[in-house]
Amino acid sequence: MCGLAGYIGNVAEPERLLAAMGDAIAHRGPDGRGLKVIAPSGSAPGAGLSHVRLSIVGLADSAQPMLSEDGALAIAFNGEIFNYVELREELVARGHRFRTSGDTEVLLKLYEIYGAECLSRLNGDFAFAIWDGRTKRMMLARDRMGVRPLFYTEKAGTLYFASEVKALLAIPGFHATLDPFALDQVFTLWSPIAPRTAFEGVFELEAGNYMIADASGRRISTYWSLDFPDAGDVRLDMDENEKAAQLRHLLEDATRIRLRADVPVGSCLSGGLDSSIVAALAADMAPRGLDTFAITFDSAEHDESSFQTLMARHLGVKHHEINCSEADIAAAFPDVVRLAEKPLIRTAPAPMYRLSSLIRETGMTVVLTGEGADEVFAGYDLFKEAKVRRFCARQPGSKIRPHLFRKLYPYLPGLQKQSAEYLAAFFGADAAPLSDPLFSHRPRLRGTAAAKLFFSGDLKSKLAGYDAADDMIAQLPERFGRWHPLHQAQYLETRFLMPGYILSSQGDRMAMGNGVEGRFPFLDHRLVEFAATLSPSMKLKGLKEKYLLRKSMADKLPAEIAYRVKQPYRAPDSRAFSGAVAQEQVHAVLDQRRVAGDGFFNAAAVDKLVQKCAGQTAPSFRDDTAFIGVLSTQMWLDIFKGTNRRASEAA
Amino acid sequence: MSAAIKETIRSFIVENFLFGDEAGLPGDAESLIAGGIIDSTGVLELVAFIEEQFGFTVADSDIVPANLDTIEAIAGYVGRNASAAVAA
Repeated sequence: MCGLAGYIGNVAEPERLLAAMGDAIAHRGPDGRGLKVIAPSGSAPGAGLSHVRLSIVGLADSAQPMLSEDGALAIAFNGEIFNYVELREELVARGHRFRTSGDTEVLLKLYEIYGAECLSRLNGDFAFAIWDGRTKRMMLARDRMGVRPLFYTEKAGTLYFASEVKALLAIPGFHATLDPFALDQVFTLWSPIAPRTAFEGVFELEAGNYMIADASGRRISTYWSLDFPDAGDVRLDMDENEKAAQLRHLLEDATRIRLRADVPVGSCLSGGLDSSIVAALAADMAPRGLDTFAITFDSAEHDESSFQTLMARHLGVKHHEINCSEADIAAAFPDVVRLAEKPLIRTAPAPMYRLSSLIRETGMTVVLTGEGADEVFAGYDLFKEAKVRRFCARQPGSKIRPHLFRKLYPYLPGLQKQSAEYLAAFFGADAAPLSDPLFSHRPRLRGTAAAKLFFSGDLKSKLAGYDAADDMIAQLPERFGRWHPLHQAQYLETRFLMPGYILSSQGDRMAMGNGVEGRFPFLDHRLVEFAATLSPSMKLKGLKEKYLLRKSMADKLPAEIAYRVKQPYRAPDSRAFSGAVAQEQVHAVLDQRRVAGDGFFNAAAVDKLVQKCAGQTAPSFRDDTAFIGVLSTQMWLDIFKGTNRRASEAA
Repeated sequence: MSAAIKETIRSFIVENFLFGDEAGLPGDAESLIAGGIIDSTGVLELVAFIEEQFGFTVADSDIVPANLDTIEAIAGYVGRNASAAVAA
């Protein structure tokens, strides 16, 4: 697990640039540094790679950038190929020899033999750049789910790329500007829609894609994308026990290969079903015992420590926990924005950053987590909500059916007091047409977009006629319309929010900020592909989420965990900034003149919002979203706007 | 009287939900939910405001869009329940 950067084209002082790019992402790789100008400037094209290393596999002999034996190929690689052991054995059996014991050389050899076709053989979380001197091409590639990041930009005909945008700020003459359309997307979908990023002119290579760049330009291709059977082809006669056994087998194998490392691997324990499953499987496979890690909160509404402790005792693991107070969230938030590199509308990444600091302090660098299970096996409330909305839409005006919404959100006190009519109105049960491709997501999109109220007149006119939700629809594959509604909802969640927010802002960036690598058994592509073929009712049975997953794992879990209703991971939002120290910070960042000067928000309205939130114990969804959204955007501007200096110092 | 109630409601909406942005004020007959002005917490904020401002308690069964989802509806509802309180 590491960071990479590089270029293809011509650069005036290549060594200096590669070193500066590496400096900017040094937090991703505290254990080693390397850079190489592979093709000197003046050749057509020039090329260079930079790498910062976090040593996990092949500790002694896998320095990067790594060259092939004949020197024709060079690689800078971030991530892991979990099935490298099997791939290596296969290649050795065919007569290939290896100089190192790690996965980097296996990847390089596979590319040497298969070219871009090698991607379909890999089971892993990766982003890499391979320079192919034979064809004078650079290949960039990213894993199927979007676990590891890769960004790029072009300047004067040279293509620059890096694990984080920070490294691109080192490009001479590069000026960071906030993309107004990305901001509109964040204030609708919680993140920019790839390939767009918060930085104007900087793009992200999408999950499951690779790019070939050479002197004539660049071409992006997709080697993997999430697919579901047509609704009419979904088999309803599946044997539940047989499917549960298959699921168990796949999950065990996905966990087993994710424990491969030359350093100890720990496991996160949130107290929910998914991380408990992963920890239970890992505990069985860890010969020297397992360390587990958890975050606790002061507020009963967010804290799950009783379930964490219960599970840790059940497994007999060595459990570590760290508390995250409201003041901790506020104090960490500028760092969180710096690492996430995009405006956020939730503080939930902040406790994850704190958790990774605990993991690092314990001396560990790799952890398994339960991430992905909610997307793959339909755990999120949104899936249930969409089902209830369809149910309500079948009998408009029903006084009985909308009461189900209350049942979905027992943890939202504001909803408990509402009438059936209001519940139906809030969830748009009578409004959104069933044929809308975004049907499942409309209440969330609409609720988030309400925070655009604070956009300045200037920004609104720049965005006139633009709708982020329409942009999302434009990116859907043609086959989308033929899928079952649950599969459509799962696709939207897995394609957009998961890489755009969950795996990046809350995942890779918060973990790597402390040099920690997360691994996600539920996102093994074999498991994802298997789950896609399951009938919707095996995932969401009635209103019982992750049905088949529970069934397949019940024997490994205490009943309190196995049948626990999903509690979404949340953290205090605007309330985290109500303390005296945090208020001072808020007033500095949201100073009326600065907000007005940057021009993105209506400064007078923001001022009133700050006052309203400061005096409120339970702010509304819209106010919370707006407060965090505006605050993080202004922090982003403070950190990144215009110059590259502050950003690279801070990293 | 109804005009005065409407004005009070409008200025509450502008201050509390639109943060001073009068340009965002919906027409008297436009839905506050569809306009993204009020969400589930917002409704409770509105109820609390009505109770404080007009001096009567809003019954749970009255918290329905028919009474509270447009400025017109709110003014009518308040007028029916608080005629004594606002006549002054």
